[in-house]
Amino acid sequence: MMERKIKRFTKWKFPIYLNRRQRALLSVFFAVCLLVAVGIGGTLLESRALSTSLTERNVPPSFEHPFGTDWLGRDMFARTISGLVLSIQVGLIGAASSVLIALSLGLAAATWGRTADRIISWLIDLFLSLPHLVTMILIAFVSGGGMKGVVLGVALTHWTSLARVIRAEVLQLKSAEFVQVSRRLGKSRWWVASRHIFPHLIPQLLVGLLLLFPHAILHEASITFLGLGLSPHQPAIGIILSESMRYLSTGMWWLTVLPGLALLTVVRAFDRIGDHLHLMLDPHRSQE
Amino acid sequence: MAILEVENLSVSFLRYTGMFKQQTIRVIEDLHLSINKGEMMAVVGASGSGKSLLAHAILGILPENAQMSGMIRYCGETLDPVKQAALRGREIAFVPQSVNSLDPLMRVGAQVRMTAKGKDPIAKQREVFQRYRLPENVERMYPFQLSGGMARKVLLATATVSDAQVIVADEPTSGMHVDDVKEALQQLKELTNQGCAVLLITHDVEAALETAHRVAVFFAGTIVEIAPSADFSGDGERLRHPYSRALWSALPQNKFMPISGAQPHPNEVREGCLFAEHCPLTTIDCKNKRPEMRELREGMVRCHHAT
Amino acid sequence: MLLEGKDLSFRYHHGPWLFREIDVAIRSGEVVGLLGQNGCGKTTLGRILAGYDNPIKGKVLMNGLPLPGHGYCPVQMIFQHPERAVNPRWRLSKTITEGWVPDNDLLEKFNVRKEWLDRWPNELSGGELQRICIVRALGPQTRFLIADEITAMLDAITQARIFHSLLQIVRERNLGMLVISHDRHLIKRICDRIIFWENLVH
Repeated sequence: MMERKIKRFTKWKFPIYLNRRQRALLSVFFAVCLLVAVGIGGTLLESRALSTSLTERNVPPSFEHPFGTDWLGRDMFARTISGLVLSIQVGLIGAASSVLIALSLGLAAATWGRTADRIISWLIDLFLSLPHLVTMILIAFVSGGGMKGVVLGVALTHWTSLARVIRAEVLQLKSAEFVQVSRRLGKSRWWVASRHIFPHLIPQLLVGLLLLFPHAILHEASITFLGLGLSPHQPAIGIILSESMRYLSTGMWWLTVLPGLALLTVVRAFDRIGDHLHLMLDPHRSQE
Repeated sequence: MAILEVENLSVSFLRYTGMFKQQTIRVIEDLHLSINKGEMMAVVGASGSGKSLLAHAILGILPENAQMSGMIRYCGETLDPVKQAALRGREIAFVPQSVNSLDPLMRVGAQVRMTAKGKDPIAKQREVFQRYRLPENVERMYPFQLSGGMARKVLLATATVSDAQVIVADEPTSGMHVDDVKEALQQLKELTNQGCAVLLITHDVEAALETAHRVAVFFAGTIVEIAPSADFSGDGERLRHPYSRALWSALPQNKFMPISGAQPHPNEVREGCLFAEHCPLTTIDCKNKRPEMRELREGMVRCHHAT
Repeated sequence: MLLEGKDLSFRYHHGPWLFREIDVAIRSGEVVGLLGQNGCGKTTLGRILAGYDNPIKGKVLMNGLPLPGHGYCPVQMIFQHPERAVNPRWRLSKTITEGWVPDNDLLEKFNVRKEWLDRWPNELSGGELQRICIVRALGPQTRFLIADEITAMLDAITQARIFHSLLQIVRERNLGMLVISHDRHLIKRICDRIIFWENLVH
């Protein structure tokens, strides 16, 4: 008998069988809680994040300061949380812009005729062949850095694979029998596009967004780390890490390790949701 | 001498109904079957009724979310996943329904030669291709270059050149030319003359009757009758199960007369005989007790009232 | 009413011609069979007659006028694979009312149960889906039906049932129907007139 049951013991101490989709829902729930906590925490701790205290400099992690303090006496926990909020905001805007670009170009390539398709496919190939990290840094630099530079850099380099996916989906849908039948039953092109084609694209867009989002956060951190991103009075994780690098050799490990871990946790949470969703949408594996 | 025996086979799936709940759906239920050496048995029934799953269960290639119970015996030996993996492709060959089962990166000639055992695989492969009327250049082609019919012939060839003792063919001739269907089934029949056993799963009743020795009728997840193919003639009086008779008379060349109702859905759980709703001979007994498979006049039937 | 294809020729890109300069005509109330082997091009001819594809040469006329480019087409086609002809993300209640709202009589005639309409396509069998597709195609404006191997994937009993109901409606409403199939027994049983593909394409 090939039976597969997954048990999870909750704090009520009885086994609950959870299938994959229920587990996905659970991880979405936890991720949302995490986000909300970070968001609330960020607003509450804002003042603490920036306030310095010269009497409490370079304190390692303790009860009062769970993440320790830095060289200016600022509480690292508060800084990390508000840094996360900022990183998430930037990441979200960057990822959303990228998805919008991907959607528009993918749709255009599939519906505006062969010439448009050729041009856009060529553009996709062009961007895919460039190393995206370098291009992104270049774009951030050229647009003058700051929030604008980071968002533009992320948006303009990450649309390519999703655009390809959208293009392929729309092309396939256009020749699907049920779409053609719809036209013969009297429906207009617009009706077919909005009721048949677009709903099919939404899952892909969602997955694209969720998988791009952590990617964007990490990129923001690296651009800022290199000095091209946000300025020091907008303490995103990148800045925190970059400034703390100098102090590693003096043994103040908590200045980099803890914020870094916090960033990874948030990124990982979103990655997991994206993975679960992706699996659910794959028709071959959606019944696991 | 039975070479392959299937007893009490049940296959069920865990499916998502709605967004988050899972439900067990029984697709095959309590199935009995046995094939002798040198015999060709056809399994006929509605498309999508689970006949393919029978083939997958015998070969041990059910999908991950499937649960199987029951016993399958080959040459008297009970099979488990390890033994199935060892026999697959060697002693038990499979002709799959999907043409996509061919390796897209290998030329078809090479794929067929891979399964040919013995001294001269190239000669065997060329001989089989010739019999199936495939032109010479086909052996150097890749699967995507073949038409549907040609791809089916290649799939059939992979099984017929091997020295398998049992060949399980899942809809091997759907979409083929009428003459090619005859030729392909003839070849399978010739293999049975050499001692091989063939399990042919098809919904083309006519083609099955021409070549198979015995026919098993598949309905609602189980086999309701096993009859010699000669019994499928005239008005179907010699058939044992009411469903087989209904199937026979529904053919356009016969009466073209349907019965009321349709196959029960795998989701519907029922006590008693699954054909009771549509059967002209139903009694209270039929609704309460599921009939067992029993022997009757050189065949087997699952019905309380069959004579 | 008359549905005719005149001088129809078709091929894919620069491949071999599937057929050249053939003429087909179906009258209202007639059940015509198109008999030929699989993969020979009968489906393509059906699609052209129903307005899904355009012929490279020639034209399709209904009562002397070309088929409408938009709006409900009076020539409706029913496909071989019903699971592809319905949107997998729509409930069947939405699918069956896409062209028009079928009345209970018609649903009963084709044995379409009300509880099926609440379900998703992947929960129903091929035979059930096919019946829903047929009801969908039988709007009041339909004049001709093209049935392309509609029962090739179904068992004999479902096939008999579907064609019994279909033929009844066709006679009632005086529709013209083209039945495309490779099963000569089926064609002989239900068609008034048979077109042999080999003769058509010579």
